Amino acid sequence: MELYSLTVHQLRKMLSKGAVSAVEITESVLARIDRVEGRIGAYITLDRDGALAQAAAADREIARSAGGPLAGIPLALKDVACTEGLRTTAGSKILESFIPPYDATMVAKLKDAGAVILGKLSMDEFAMGSANENCAFGTPHNPWALDYVCGGSSGGSAAAVAADECLASIGSDTGGSIRQPASYCGVVGLKPTYGRVSRYGLIAYASSLDQFGPLTKDVRDCAMILQEISGYDQRDSTSVNIGVPDYSAALGKGVKGLKVGIPREYFEEGVAPEVAAAVRNGIDLLKEAGAELVDLSLPHTDYGVAAYYIIAPAEASSNLARYDGVRYGHRTAAPDSLLEMYNQSRSEGFGTEVKRRIMIGTYALSSGYYDAYYKKALQVRTLIINDFKEAFARCDVMVSPVTPGPAWRIGEKNSDPLSVYLTDILTIPANMAGVPGLSLPCGFTGAGLPIGFQIQAPHFGEERLLQTAYALERELGIAGRKPAAL
Amino acid sequence: MEFETVIGLEVHAQLSTDTKIFCGCSTEFGKPANTNTCPLCLGLPGVLPVLNRKAVDYAVKMALATNCRINRTNIFARKNYFYPDLPKGYQISQFDLPIAEHGWVEIEVEGEVKRIGLTRIHLEEDAGKLIHDEREPLSYVDLNRTGTPLIEIVSEPDLRSGEEAAAYLKKLHAIVRYLDICDGNMQEGSFRCDANISLRPKGREEFGTRTELKNMNSFRNVQRAIEYEVRRQRDLLLDGGKVIQQTLLWDPDAGRTSPMRSKEEAHDYRYFPDPDLIPVEISEEWIEKAEKEQPELPDQRKKRFMEELELPAYDAVILTGDRELADYFEAGLGHYRDAKKLSNWIMTELIRELRDREMEITSCPVTPVNLARLLGLIEAGTISGKIAKTVFQEMLASGKDPDIVVKEKNLVQISDEGEILKLVREIVAANPEQVKQFKEGKSKVMGFFVGQLMKETKGKANPKMANQLFIEELNK
Ligand SMILES: [Zn+2]
Repeated sequence: MELYSLTVHQLRKMLSKGAVSAVEITESVLARIDRVEGRIGAYITLDRDGALAQAAAADREIARSAGGPLAGIPLALKDVACTEGLRTTAGSKILESFIPPYDATMVAKLKDAGAVILGKLSMDEFAMGSANENCAFGTPHNPWALDYVCGGSSGGSAAAVAADECLASIGSDTGGSIRQPASYCGVVGLKPTYGRVSRYGLIAYASSLDQFGPLTKDVRDCAMILQEISGYDQRDSTSVNIGVPDYSAALGKGVKGLKVGIPREYFEEGVAPEVAAAVRNGIDLLKEAGAELVDLSLPHTDYGVAAYYIIAPAEASSNLARYDGVRYGHRTAAPDSLLEMYNQSRSEGFGTEVKRRIMIGTYALSSGYYDAYYKKALQVRTLIINDFKEAFARCDVMVSPVTPGPAWRIGEKNSDPLSVYLTDILTIPANMAGVPGLSLPCGFTGAGLPIGFQIQAPHFGEERLLQTAYALERELGIAGRKPAAL
Repeated sequence: MEFETVIGLEVHAQLSTDTKIFCGCSTEFGKPANTNTCPLCLGLPGVLPVLNRKAVDYAVKMALATNCRINRTNIFARKNYFYPDLPKGYQISQFDLPIAEHGWVEIEVEGEVKRIGLTRIHLEEDAGKLIHDEREPLSYVDLNRTGTPLIEIVSEPDLRSGEEAAAYLKKLHAIVRYLDICDGNMQEGSFRCDANISLRPKGREEFGTRTELKNMNSFRNVQRAIEYEVRRQRDLLLDGGKVIQQTLLWDPDAGRTSPMRSKEEAHDYRYFPDPDLIPVEISEEWIEKAEKEQPELPDQRKKRFMEELELPAYDAVILTGDRELADYFEAGLGHYRDAKKLSNWIMTELIRELRDREMEITSCPVTPVNLARLLGLIEAGTISGKIAKTVFQEMLASGKDPDIVVKEKNLVQISDEGEILKLVREIVAANPEQVKQFKEGKSKVMGFFVGQLMKETKGKANPKMANQLFIEELNK
């Protein structure tokens, strides 16, 4: 068994027993990257020397019985997380040479826990996309079928874990950007409750929706990573000051007596039969394990996408105003005037989808349109929040597909952004309501593409998510399956 | 046709917190460019604002001092526009729910007390500064000022003249100084205002087209600029012309206004609630604490000066219009009991000298205690009022105690009757022509005799005694 193919918890056990060194693990993963990265394209920036130095430092810590819970574990980060001294692009040409002078709180926490940071992973530009086809530095390939998309916007984060190019990764989820690629690539992905993980250092797309979260090979790893990145941060006013429970302790609790809600609207038209069947199978397994099934309705699910594509672009139009060529980032050569500097720098620096969303958002916030669009969207958001409140009064978790269908061929939907937007229909509501959601691999299509099983819980119900996911993962018995394409 | 002038002011006051409103950077003025900055001030990707509650506290104090209703929940909003001194591409401000609304202050113009309504007070962050190269088409950005907390105080269109506008501005200035929430420096721009001005035919409800005036960095310029603009609009309307809604810059040297380039107006700021900041909840306890900490305000102090010290309103208004001046006055009063005489000295000699020397009261070399002592010397007859002015000049120059100045310069008043009488007789004897005039009834010539005596004694003769002795001697 190669070291790179193991899980975080397996390697942590070996490290603490002295059976392996952090440098050996990192070297194994780097060798794996050398072998497969040419076919995957998950990384934007690989910090080979930095990773080896961090691994050596971790070994010294471990040798004196110190070192945090992730000491010596090589992880990789979506390129939306600011890393001190390490280039951070957000997948955009406008930040092609941007090197942050500070670490995101989440990154600092991982480093404190002893993790080794391998590098920065591909993503849709400014996290705007659902297939990772909007990255200025290339589109990563799905490890299960190389001519398929790996999902987005945290496509690199999902592909790298699925291809064993890192032990686990961090993504960010604004409308499904962790869960959807996790589902397409057959890995575990968790979007925590809004406010659970600090956003300080997360390059903002839509501030009221963005949240960092882990993508891992199994549920136990997911609990371990979440443990380290969670917690209140006084540098993020929207982070919530409540204690972080022991997530790993929740894993073994089982689902006996757990009320599992099944939201009717998540299984309606548009959900591919193969996906529906795989998810139904997962539900049956939960029932057999003792869960109590509850039929539910979230009547405003359909409006989620429409409201999301007002709120997120509105916030983005403002969040992305700072990329003006004045202080850092791309500036057009020899502009004639201030206005030309703005126009040209931004026209050259941003890609098509980013421009589209800036335009939509600017329009939605404009005087005369604000009430009809932005304000209306906020009202829809309130209705969605109420849907969730009522649903969670009747159940402990809700289960559903992550996406209506599996991954598609690269380029297949290029001319149809709307159909891509609609693939987020089942993940967007959790962001709108701020509740946590998890994607667990639950099967494969006939073509061998992974299918994801979504679990949602009330605010700060991550323990219940993990407990349910862990039970189902054991029942399914497919964790550890590797893509044959590699 | 008779017109009524309608003026509203928007006043920006920089709050004198030690740190900025959304990060921990210092607000100190005059540091090398871009040294008081951090990733947040620079608008780097990924940074998040964290509210400095001290700034909110200062705004609460201002709201209480101006009789506003405080919004228990107030929210920050983003005001979106591009400019190189605005690193995020938006300014964090308040829009729908500002910190306070519906207040008022009282002003006094020509003895009339008038209440001026405050529409709102909101909190926001200041922008940076651009420094333009004079030789090349190059501009530099200094972000030290970025994020300095500001309150914007918007008045109702209740002001009717430049004089009222200046009085209102002075009142707000006095209040922020009394609360010690702003240094009030108009030259450096930490206290600044814009004015909206329109004219309407007398008796008409409907407002006329307004213009916005900017760049008035002193009380005097505010009044001058407004008066100029009112004249300009009136002349225009009387000529059958129309006022164009525009922003005008006041040129204090030329004494006129000129339009700003229209490109810099016409903004759609696309305000929306800042998702990075949670609503600010202002509790009952917070307000109670602020109320308890509230110092005596200008109006209250004025009232006290009039009632307890029996000062005339004119004196009380001038003294209390400047917190430091009123403090100076009261510090002197501890050492000299006659409030009116002390007030006279401060309002005439002291204020004139300070103005001539372009000096602040806080850096005046004459301490209030020394000024009180000087007045004490006059009262005791040690020096005359005239000599006191000489002593005062020396005190201003050297900062010395009045007793020391009097001693060193040998300025003690001559009150020895024998000594003065001897001189009086000599003068009378030496000036028969003037004596003759006096006897013919020209009492004015008395001044000549006293003048001669003062010349002989270098001004030290007790003037009362001198007068008395001359009268006796000349009437013999
Ligand atoms: Zn700062």
